[in-house]
Amino acid sequence: MNNNKLALQVSALSSGTVIDHIPAEKLFEVVNLLNIPEMNTNVTIGYNLDSKKLGKKGLIKVADKFFTDDEVNRISLVAPNVVLNIINNYQVVEKREVKMPDELHNIVKCSNPNCITNNEPMPTLFHLVDREKRVLKCHYCEKEKNVKDIELL
Amino acid sequence: MEKRSLVSINDLSREKILSLLECARKFEEKPNRDILSEMVVGSLFFEPSTRTRLSFETAAMRLGARVIGFSDAATSSATKGETLKDTIMMVSSYADVIVMRHRLEGAARYASEVSPVPVINAGDGANQHPSQTMLDLYSIQKTQGTLENLHIHLVGDLKYGRTVHSLLHAMRHFNPTFHFIAPEELHMPEEYRIFCRQNNIPFTETTEFNEDVISNADIIYMTRVQRERFSDLMEYEKVKNCYRLTNSMLQGSKENLRILHPLPRVTEIAHDVDNNPKAYYFQQAQNGLYVREALICDVLGINI
Repeated sequence: MNNNKLALQVSALSSGTVIDHIPAEKLFEVVNLLNIPEMNTNVTIGYNLDSKKLGKKGLIKVADKFFTDDEVNRISLVAPNVVLNIINNYQVVEKREVKMPDELHNIVKCSNPNCITNNEPMPTLFHLVDREKRVLKCHYCEKEKNVKDIELL
Repeated sequence: MEKRSLVSINDLSREKILSLLECARKFEEKPNRDILSEMVVGSLFFEPSTRTRLSFETAAMRLGARVIGFSDAATSSATKGETLKDTIMMVSSYADVIVMRHRLEGAARYASEVSPVPVINAGDGANQHPSQTMLDLYSIQKTQGTLENLHIHLVGDLKYGRTVHSLLHAMRHFNPTFHFIAPEELHMPEEYRIFCRQNNIPFTETTEFNEDVISNADIIYMTRVQRERFSDLMEYEKVKNCYRLTNSMLQGSKENLRILHPLPRVTEIAHDVDNNPKAYYFQQAQNGLYVREALICDVLGINI
């Protein structure tokens, strides 16, 4: 009985966003990237759920919250194949894939210790220079870096 | 007035490069022009660079401007913990244009974004030094009569050498053929080889530096092989004399060949080369003055 109740509570989202297909090991990074710990709405986080595609996956349901493109695209840095389901009145009204933005404002830390951004109180800025190979370039020191090697701020 | 800073050579189009070189040529004809007599140039050298600073300050003075600033971060408020932004804001309330050298990469880009007056990058760490590249281009154009279709031999430290990387970028507009001559440890990084392929720039690579290798060169661009770049000092001892240009190596070289070097030189060009008319490195440094006059005028929106 309790299990059924829980299942119902998890799946019944009248309005909000379901973020699915998050690789399990990236789940908490995505949680932090979306600032979920700061939110006041009803949030369900599923960890190590069974997935045919990923083996184990993570899932986040956020009630009454619709993310901006900017917020969503941050996810692409850690989990490029995530899908967002936009729910309205218990129905999936839109499916969105995340897309790496052309510019990343104050999300990524520059790995170059001699970069001005690591020595001055200022926001960072990166440009996506190769979408296919996932290469970012620091706007300031002009060093290039693969997304898999980056550190988030 | 449009605010135009000069941060990176990569920001300049072919047309812009050519028009700046033309402007520099006019300054070579007549270096002393009283066109900035109402202006103050802020010369902020957060790290010492006597050669570049003297060249910029002389350029400012030959244009009639007055110069304020410092030649070492030790004499600026940076040592008191002031941010770069605050220093730039303070100086920009006094000066009409800022010339800045900084040890941190990206410092010039950031300064140009926060400064209400134009900023000229006089070197930001290992990143960019566009006035050096412009004077290299000026020297090449002046000695060869053109920038097009030249064989350019880059010799020495091609891994860390900022000047050779910037030159490579700037020359992409002019259909060059490059020849990379460097020891294994200091060969051209892969990203620049990719850059050449993407821009259809032919290049050859060798570790040999001898008479034959340079026989088709229009320009030999020498750089210093720095001891501190080697983890194995035995390797350094082995290669340091291999990349040394001597006068006898120039016997079979082309008539129009000129030898460039960003200076300071140590042992990589023998002193017996200095009297060869093909040695051009001292004139190259002098050309820096005319180029910097052109750059200062350009960022201030003044046409010559």
